[in-house]
Amino acid sequence: MFCLLLACSVVNGEEVAKEQIKGLDEQVQDIKKDVLGISTELNLLEEKLLFPSNTQVSFFVSVAKDSGFEPDGIELKLDDKEMASHIYSFKEVEALQKGGVQRVFTGNVRTGDHNLQVTVIGKKGGSKFHDTASHSVSKGVGPKFVEISLSGSGIGFKDW
Amino acid sequence: MMGEAVVRVVVILACSLVPAMSVLAAAEKATGNGALKDLYFGEALFNAYQENYFDAISRLDTELAQYYGLDEPDLNSLYYHIDNVEFSVGDFELYFRMHNRASRAIKAVIEGNVEASVRNEAIYRLAKIYYQKQQPLMALESIEKVTGKVPEKLHFEEPLLRAQIYMENSKFPEAISLLRGLESTEELQGYAGYNLGAALFMNGNEAEGIAQLDKVGKIVSLNPKVLAMRDKANLVLGFRLLEAGQAEQAKQYLLRVRLTGPFSNKALLGVGWALAALGKFDRALVPWTKLSRRNITDKSVQEVLLGVPYAYAKLDIFGKAAVLYGQALDIYSKEISRLDASVASIREGKFLKAIIRDEIKTTKNWLINLRELPDAPETYYLTQMMASHDFQESLKNYFDLTDMEQRLTHWTDYLDAYDEIISIRSAYYEPLLPTIESQFRALDSKMKLRVEQRDKLDKRLKKMLVAPRTELLITVEERQALQKIGFLEKQLHDQGPDVSTLWHRLQRLKGIINWNIETEYHERFTKATEHLQELDRHVKRLNEIYGSFVRTRQAATQSYKGYDNDIQRLRVKMRGALGKVKVLLSRQGHLIEVLAVNELEERRKRLEEYQVKARFAMAESYDRANKAKQERQLEEEAKKVEAEKAAQEKLKQEAAASSATGKPEQETIAQPAVSETAPTVPSAVSIPPGNPGVLPVGPTVQPSAPEMPESAPK
Repeated sequence: MFCLLLACSVVNGEEVAKEQIKGLDEQVQDIKKDVLGISTELNLLEEKLLFPSNTQVSFFVSVAKDSGFEPDGIELKLDDKEMASHIYSFKEVEALQKGGVQRVFTGNVRTGDHNLQVTVIGKKGGSKFHDTASHSVSKGVGPKFVEISLSGSGIGFKDW
Repeated sequence: MMGEAVVRVVVILACSLVPAMSVLAAAEKATGNGALKDLYFGEALFNAYQENYFDAISRLDTELAQYYGLDEPDLNSLYYHIDNVEFSVGDFELYFRMHNRASRAIKAVIEGNVEASVRNEAIYRLAKIYYQKQQPLMALESIEKVTGKVPEKLHFEEPLLRAQIYMENSKFPEAISLLRGLESTEELQGYAGYNLGAALFMNGNEAEGIAQLDKVGKIVSLNPKVLAMRDKANLVLGFRLLEAGQAEQAKQYLLRVRLTGPFSNKALLGVGWALAALGKFDRALVPWTKLSRRNITDKSVQEVLLGVPYAYAKLDIFGKAAVLYGQALDIYSKEISRLDASVASIREGKFLKAIIRDEIKTTKNWLINLRELPDAPETYYLTQMMASHDFQESLKNYFDLTDMEQRLTHWTDYLDAYDEIISIRSAYYEPLLPTIESQFRALDSKMKLRVEQRDKLDKRLKKMLVAPRTELLITVEERQALQKIGFLEKQLHDQGPDVSTLWHRLQRLKGIINWNIETEYHERFTKATEHLQELDRHVKRLNEIYGSFVRTRQAATQSYKGYDNDIQRLRVKMRGALGKVKVLLSRQGHLIEVLAVNELEERRKRLEEYQVKARFAMAESYDRANKAKQERQLEEEAKKVEAEKAAQEKLKQEAAASSATGKPEQETIAQPAVSETAPTVPSAVSIPPGNPGVLPVGPTVQPSAPEMPESAPK
């Protein structure tokens, strides 16, 4: 409460000691640690509550290294139902090209086979790229992960 | 005095050169040489590459929590990256400015039983933390513990960091030796060379330092970072030589600095000073005039507003100098008003509101984006304020706190939604489960019975492989026929020996059946085994259905049971954290405002000093201009008097001649000369109180000594 009042007070040209900056920085570090801990607990809770392993399915998008492919957007359909779509920002394209993997969808499906249809638009070497490909997703008892690999010369799938 | 400043700045510049390795490059190395084996690790990298370190750390923390909770972690896909993951968490924590946690984690790795290369990498990272936290002795102590094999990915980074730490600890010869080995490395182009130049200067090798910075100043590259280093080298060298009184050489280096780079303003100012030092004031006006048209909030631009009229005054164009000093005064007054408005606006809290706009952080260069904010009092001098390391760090903390506040608020909403999901699931499953449970129990007992029967058959068949028992494979018809024969035999036995024919017939029938049983035994055994195998397939399917049911029943139960405590605990934690974040946000915001106001007040003071100098210089220039004019007028009047005298003399001579010849007298009085220009002192000029009225011979007011370029932020 005191601190809130302090913040609301008039800002005068007061001296700011290095120690004061350092002390505040230490406190910010501590709260970051606390909030990250909460985030981890929340992630675990979400996974257990919303995506139990017997029904969990996740689709990941990657860009083949050195392919030079720049995805503009992607659309995913599972059993003819639209599940996810995404338009890529410059930062995201760069992150994918560096080897990052985007989790584009996490959801729940029944065990058995499902048809995954992926449509991608993008650019490669200045020319536009548009492709659609299908993959049969076999959902078992455990969580199912499918990697969708984009290279600008086709769409690849890998079951994990 | 200025020499000391130069050395200080060189030291700062040298020390502030963090390894050239970018965030992306650092994270890229996290995947190691092999292919990605864990998609969630890839997801963490995806976030890290976008500088979303919170999400990256959170993802890895979650994965690590799950990994270490497994009975057989070596079967998990994270197993292949576990070392990289541990290091990456530390790396991301460093980028997220969590030095304390990162150093604790790294110390744990160092103290653990790990390979030499892993240990060395950990030591390197710990030393880097100390170096960044400006603890050079601790950094030195750490880096000197690196012994043996250093990981390939730190091939350049480790010696560069080591050299920087040596420089911080005044171990210049060691630093020079290391930097000489790194100078030609492409990855460190510009950086290593610049550091080497700085180390040479600090070691007292003046000539070598100049030669080294000269070399860096001539690098040919298209890389903007390398070009910035080239400019910096030329700028530092130029000002150093300028200070040493070698203006001609200084000019050459300063002219190398690009006109559009981050150091261009200081370079233009320096070029002007070099030319002025050479007495070429007319040529000094070229860079200074160009600089004077740039962004007025820049310190160099503000300073050059005094430099331009100073040069004119030196060229004896006092009128123009006085006018330009007057213009400078107007600009300074305007800027002081703007600074006052900025301070007032910051005090009203508008500054913090302006910088936390979401669109600022949509691209990687959010610091640059801040400069693009709409022109408002609170943001006029933002670029200038951003030059301070403390200000930047405080601002980053403020952004992080704002982000965490938003997350915690959203998460609290999530918990409400989870509570709702749980209550809906509970309402759905609670009435259904008891009925399903009783049906399941009935089916479960039946199933167990059948499985027991199957197991008995299996055991029998296995025994029959060792000890054949034909009676166990007879058919129902055969069993019935044998029973009938047995019955008939008993009846015939009671009737006595007269029925021998019938007896023989029965024995024949019995023999046929036994024959069939004996001869068909193997065939029947095979069939029985086949039937058992078929049964096994059914049992397997049954078990699958059973397992599925058990899992579904368990999932149904787990979908709403056992969450209350977890959610309640999280809710309490979130509430506590949100409270702390709000308090820290206020304190951090207040600190930023104080830093901003202090900086602006400093700038205001500086402008006020410029104002005083400009006033004196303007008055002096006007006086000089008037004095020159008066001198011209006196000269003209003297000429007129001379002319009048000459005319009178002539008239006298003519009169004498006419009196002798009898010619009439003519009009000979010349008209007094009229000044071409009226007095030029404008009414707005104010002479400071106490002005002695007697001005020195030449303009004595000049811009303050040129400032050295500021260090790059760490």
